Amino acid sequence: MTTTSAAVDDLLLPVPDEDGAPFWEYAARGELRVQACASCGRLRFPPRPCCPHCQSFDSEWRPMSGRGRIWSYVRPHPPLLPAYAAQAPYNVILVELADAPHIRLAGNLVTSADAPLNSVDPARLRIGARVQVVFTRTGGVSVPRWVLEKP
Amino acid sequence: MAATLKDATAVVGIGQTAFAKRLPESEKELACRAVLAALADAGIAPSEVDAFSSYTMEETDEVEVAKAIGAGDVTFFSKIGYGGGGSCATVGHLAAAVATGQASVGVAWRSRKRGSGPRPWKNTAVQLPTPGQWTRPFGLLRPADEIGMLARRYMHEYGATRDHLFNVAMACRNRANENPAAMMYERPLTREMYMTSRMISDPLCLFDNCLETDGALACVIVSAERARDCRHKPVYVHSVAQGLPAQHHGMVNYWNDDPLSGPAWTAARHLWKHADFGPQDVDVAQIYDAFTPLIPLSLEGYGFCGRGEGAAFTEGGALEMGGRLPINTGGGGLSEAYVHGFNLINEGVKQLRGISTAQVPDAATCLVTAGEGVPTSAILLRS
Repeated sequence: MTTTSAAVDDLLLPVPDEDGAPFWEYAARGELRVQACASCGRLRFPPRPCCPHCQSFDSEWRPMSGRGRIWSYVRPHPPLLPAYAAQAPYNVILVELADAPHIRLAGNLVTSADAPLNSVDPARLRIGARVQVVFTRTGGVSVPRWVLEKP
Repeated sequence: MAATLKDATAVVGIGQTAFAKRLPESEKELACRAVLAALADAGIAPSEVDAFSSYTMEETDEVEVAKAIGAGDVTFFSKIGYGGGGSCATVGHLAAAVATGQASVGVAWRSRKRGSGPRPWKNTAVQLPTPGQWTRPFGLLRPADEIGMLARRYMHEYGATRDHLFNVAMACRNRANENPAAMMYERPLTREMYMTSRMISDPLCLFDNCLETDGALACVIVSAERARDCRHKPVYVHSVAQGLPAQHHGMVNYWNDDPLSGPAWTAARHLWKHADFGPQDVDVAQIYDAFTPLIPLSLEGYGFCGRGEGAAFTEGGALEMGGRLPINTGGGGLSEAYVHGFNLINEGVKQLRGISTAQVPDAATCLVTAGEGVPTSAILLRS
């Protein structure tokens, strides 16, 4: 199952807001980082202006190991936006981070960073499977994707 | 506590248009027709209306409805956010306004042309900025995809199966088959049809998803005192609640400590706290069913069973007529019409008036809920 590069390039790109921008800036450098409170140290996601635990407005971005487990997944079928329909059915997974299991990132399980969204055999999708982050460059933006730790 | 909403107000009029995949009228015209039908049902003149409530996603503003129908001076109006989560709160806001003397005749309504309109999730310009930046690029595009993610986890954690989801779809379809106004009237569903239908977002198939409907509904709320003089038996607004849990994040409630205990749990705690009865005393329920998994999740949230027991609750015909808890007796969003859950409110009123097409004998209490998975609302109705 392959897809044209034109279709892949039409995938929706993240439109960061002020709070989320650092996540995407680190992603562009191949780093997976999560916002943390600079006062009490707690991690939070999605990013926001202040800490829900101690109300501090001081934050920092902490590097993650990039390892996690599949918490759940879906396989969307059409009707979908054209670039996604071209690869459907594909998978969307929710990854709970090894460093912070309460933080779950939506993403795609692929065979390699630049492989299509439908490149993994659906039989390999399993809740609890260990995954590792990779980054792919699409439309000038780096987005995290995930590969199985044991391919 | 001095003031209470308990039984202070009643629904005295209900109205609806036809439900269909395509209707020729505009949303504004459908809205006006539903509102006028509800007022006629109540026997109240449009000039007496002084309060309106609808959803933020309602395209027709109260200014338009008020001037079209010939309302009088309006002293209260509100719009509730979060799509289908707003349905029951429209009644709740009007009940509060009437009970506290801010208005005397309230009209709640919802008009929608989802059947012939564009699919809302296609509007990527609106959806891409936060929080869409965390989900949309990965192809988590539609509510079905977002809820499918929770459904898969729910099935994994509690052993729920597609047969459980089928039980939900079947109960709604069976009731629609009894309701001539329903889009799925005289269109039976079988287990084979369900199990072989196309996937929309695996694990959710076609029949796990609500209908696409054009149509409008409305209801009229007045004080309990005035309700006694109205045309029909009053249906009292016994308890109302909204629910936005701590650290909730809308449809993709994935960053909560416990994504499977959604807004229903928060609304339920408040709803029961202010009621004279509990879940065991509910005769019939209208539970928001944009997707079948919302039913087991809501059954747990509103206390009809324990955590993780919602799927098993659907077994043995529990949701059917004569079962432990008949639900969505007009057919619900899955099989009557999907008008952001407003048909569930009017169906609750019909049950307590004793005029439902799938009447639960002597029904005296009804729970109506709004969209689960988003900041939600609920009402308890009693006769």
